[in-house]
Amino acid sequence: MKYTVTLTVNGSRWELDVEPNEVLLDVLREKVGIKSPKIGCERGDCGSCTVMLDGHTVRSCLVLGVEADGADVLTLEGISDEGLTALQHKMVELSSFQCGFCAPGIVLSTHELLQHHPHPTREQVQEAVSGNLCRCTGYDPIIEAVLAVTGSAAGEEVSA
Amino acid sequence: MTTGRTYPGRADEVNAMTELTYVGKDVSRIDGLDKVSGAAVYVDDIDFGPALLHAEVVESPYGHAIITGIDTSAAEAVPGVVKVVTGRDFPFTFGMYMQDRYVFAVDRVRFVGEQVAAVIADDPRTAKAAAKLVAVDYEVLTPMLDPMDAVADDAEPIHPGLGDYPHVPWFFPKAGTNISHWRKTRRGDIEQGFAEADVVLEDTYRVPRYAHCAIEPHVVVAKLDHADRLTLWTASQSPYAQRHVFAQALAPLGLTHQNIRVITPSVGGGFGGKAGVSMEIIGAAVATAVKGRPVKVRFTREQEFYNTYQRQGVVARLKVGATRDGRITAIEHTMHWDAGAYVEYGANVVNAAGLSATGPYRTPNLKIDSLCVYTNLPPGGPYRGFGYSEFMFGVESHMTRLAQELGIDPVEFRRINAIAEGDPLPYGEPMNPSGLQEAIDRTAEAIDWGVEETSDDPTKRIGKGLALFWKAPAMPPNASSASFLKFNEDGSINITVSGMELGQGYATVMAQFAAEVLSVPPHKIRVENPDTDRNPYEWQTVASHVTWSCGNAVAAAALEAREKIFKVVHDAHGYEEGSLYLEDEKVKCDTDPEFELELKDFVVAGIETEDGTYRGGPIVGSGTFMPEFASARSDPETGQGGHPNVHYTVGAAGVILEVDVETGKMRVKKAALAVDAGKAINPRLVEGQITGGLLQGLATVLYEDMRFDENGRLLNPTFTDYKIPTSKDVPDEIVPIIVETPQPDGPFGARGVGEHTMIAAAPVVADAVADAVGVRITSMPVTAEKVALALLEHDDER
Repeated sequence: MKYTVTLTVNGSRWELDVEPNEVLLDVLREKVGIKSPKIGCERGDCGSCTVMLDGHTVRSCLVLGVEADGADVLTLEGISDEGLTALQHKMVELSSFQCGFCAPGIVLSTHELLQHHPHPTREQVQEAVSGNLCRCTGYDPIIEAVLAVTGSAAGEEVSA
Repeated sequence: MTTGRTYPGRADEVNAMTELTYVGKDVSRIDGLDKVSGAAVYVDDIDFGPALLHAEVVESPYGHAIITGIDTSAAEAVPGVVKVVTGRDFPFTFGMYMQDRYVFAVDRVRFVGEQVAAVIADDPRTAKAAAKLVAVDYEVLTPMLDPMDAVADDAEPIHPGLGDYPHVPWFFPKAGTNISHWRKTRRGDIEQGFAEADVVLEDTYRVPRYAHCAIEPHVVVAKLDHADRLTLWTASQSPYAQRHVFAQALAPLGLTHQNIRVITPSVGGGFGGKAGVSMEIIGAAVATAVKGRPVKVRFTREQEFYNTYQRQGVVARLKVGATRDGRITAIEHTMHWDAGAYVEYGANVVNAAGLSATGPYRTPNLKIDSLCVYTNLPPGGPYRGFGYSEFMFGVESHMTRLAQELGIDPVEFRRINAIAEGDPLPYGEPMNPSGLQEAIDRTAEAIDWGVEETSDDPTKRIGKGLALFWKAPAMPPNASSASFLKFNEDGSINITVSGMELGQGYATVMAQFAAEVLSVPPHKIRVENPDTDRNPYEWQTVASHVTWSCGNAVAAAALEAREKIFKVVHDAHGYEEGSLYLEDEKVKCDTDPEFELELKDFVVAGIETEDGTYRGGPIVGSGTFMPEFASARSDPETGQGGHPNVHYTVGAAGVILEVDVETGKMRVKKAALAVDAGKAINPRLVEGQITGGLLQGLATVLYEDMRFDENGRLLNPTFTDYKIPTSKDVPDEIVPIIVETPQPDGPFGARGVGEHTMIAAAPVVADAVADAVGVRITSMPVTAEKVALALLEHDDER
């Protein structure tokens, strides 16, 4: 038995037939052709499938497609559509990522952080990224990019 | 040269370049944009259309058993199942260094999770459901889980056919036992060495297995088309080595290198786990059973843990003697490696350790035995550090303890014994140029060695540790690299190579080499991912050798292109080739300051002459590199006589560690690491290797640990139960230190640093714990639990 759901993905409307136990990650990758959310663990541990659902980051491997009916989904492709953000530019400049497999999730997690805390502390950045595993970088080059672009280098949180 | 040998390649030509524009600079990664924008394509991201099939593996639930029957009929009857294959369909062995594996188990399974059959279906769900219906009958045997049990005199051989397995000539298997390789290295007189010592310290160190945990799981898509070409898309460090292994294994089906193509798009981390061939052989085989349709095999995170390579465990017995004035007189090191059910790659790790297990110390008398032992655990293999991360835990713990017994400062003891250029290596050849003393000094300074630190919190103690590391690339003596280079109409460049950008920054560094020679900015240079049909040969992206080896090939290709550029300008304009040089993407001339010609104006179009004809044409270059001085031929009883390693990269690491005496919980307040890069082609990327490698190493000592039950089943094959570091687990401060003692045969003096940054992390923590709270842990990991329990015992004794 299939359900028909309606999703808005990066501004485009999609009407899709999904199985009741099909997760949003598979719906996005297989039925919408959005490939930036990656399959890393399929149990919510690694964060490489992170997307924004109605403005909040979620692990798309833990959200059913039917749960997302009517939702607005933003992925890294959506963020990149209108040109890179200042944070993405800083991450390129500082070579923040190595293999890049975790990057779609981490860019979204830090993007969300900056929406709520434009000048985060180092601890706030660490907290925001703590659900996204990266095996290459030791995280510091990612944290540094966020702090550098927000001008809050290592110090206290500055009010916006 | 102290070694008196001449070097192959053209490194001397680029090393003569002085004022450098792009080499040695913090050039931003040339693949940075692809990665932050989501443009980077990994294997699983490629669309293969509705014809794509999916294969699900049927796994052994037993660590050791005889297969007495397989019934696939129920699975075959499921709608959507296209085919079910078993070991009987592919009675072919494969292996990089020793062919001791079948594609699927034939007759016997040797670890829990081993592939016994595969169900190929239209979609993954059907394949998964049908795989549960494959009925396999087993006669269960007792699994051998401990390497020390497996080498007992009465131990049953796990591989009764060991004596017949084809292997490289530098392996020495013992038929009828579980010892698949025994590397012996001996120099001097070991008994005399211990007799000369004033203090002899002996102990055993234990290191368990570890998992690589690249965030991208292994995945392969394979298709045998109707023209009998087998194409594979793999997440791999080794496209050419894979093609070679596939060609060897599938030769009975009539496939040769010509008919096999391996394409490797972006790869989501490797760390050795994607070296050689592991699960990819399943894809290659099943594709031959469903000709005309692509098949995908994607491992789950659980399979990633238990059926790709694991880092091997080791039981290391170490005996070191030294004189009262702190000179090491003898090192005896016996390592029993838990290599798992198949050793086709892991045995080379054991070999590398057997050549180098003194650590970076001048050792007049030594005896190393490195034994590769079959067990009924998952296959062992390469992992960042390639044996050195494993054995250096014992070596460095031991050196600190020996120094303390002698009453000598452990750092001073290391300064006294640190190997220097020209000192004999364990296998007799002289040590390459090395900045080890500088690395020791700068690391000691970074952690204020010798200055005691205390915490204001009465439940906390602060300790320090400093350890050395070294590592050579472990390669066959003829491991080589090659590069093609072509100019485009706009003066931009494409480089094709078959080294793999795993995240380490290889592509950017290759672009920097060509940029420097050709005066073209790195961001106008694309370095293309491997495709064995199009990109030239590379042995593998392992061993931290590609900056050095493939860098030499790219430099040679760029030099060849430069020569062609100068020849065209000479032919068209008459200037002597020796008077021409490149600057800012232009050809200029020493003898005519007015002359300049933009590269983009002629590198494809050629140069028009007065009569309307053209000179030149598309500028292309090619370059290769092979270390023609290396040799694996040596005396099997002593390891003397060959030149197995091309050079060693050395360095030191130190930590300041806070230990909670009530809970054992540890916090790394500061970590410093100095590595001799020869020449840091891109200092920011070297620092990236230090930061990432240190954290990966610290995790292996502080909390990572694979746990198996009594049947050999892995108990923690998820990130829920096998914890890897998050962003909240980073040290408070990391001090990366780059030492630059040029490698004479390296491009611009460079040698590799990627693996080395992980090696010393474990012993520095053990040392710092001992320094802080007075307990010495001799088995990894040094967890909070272990420290707390040791403290309780310590208190009881007092």
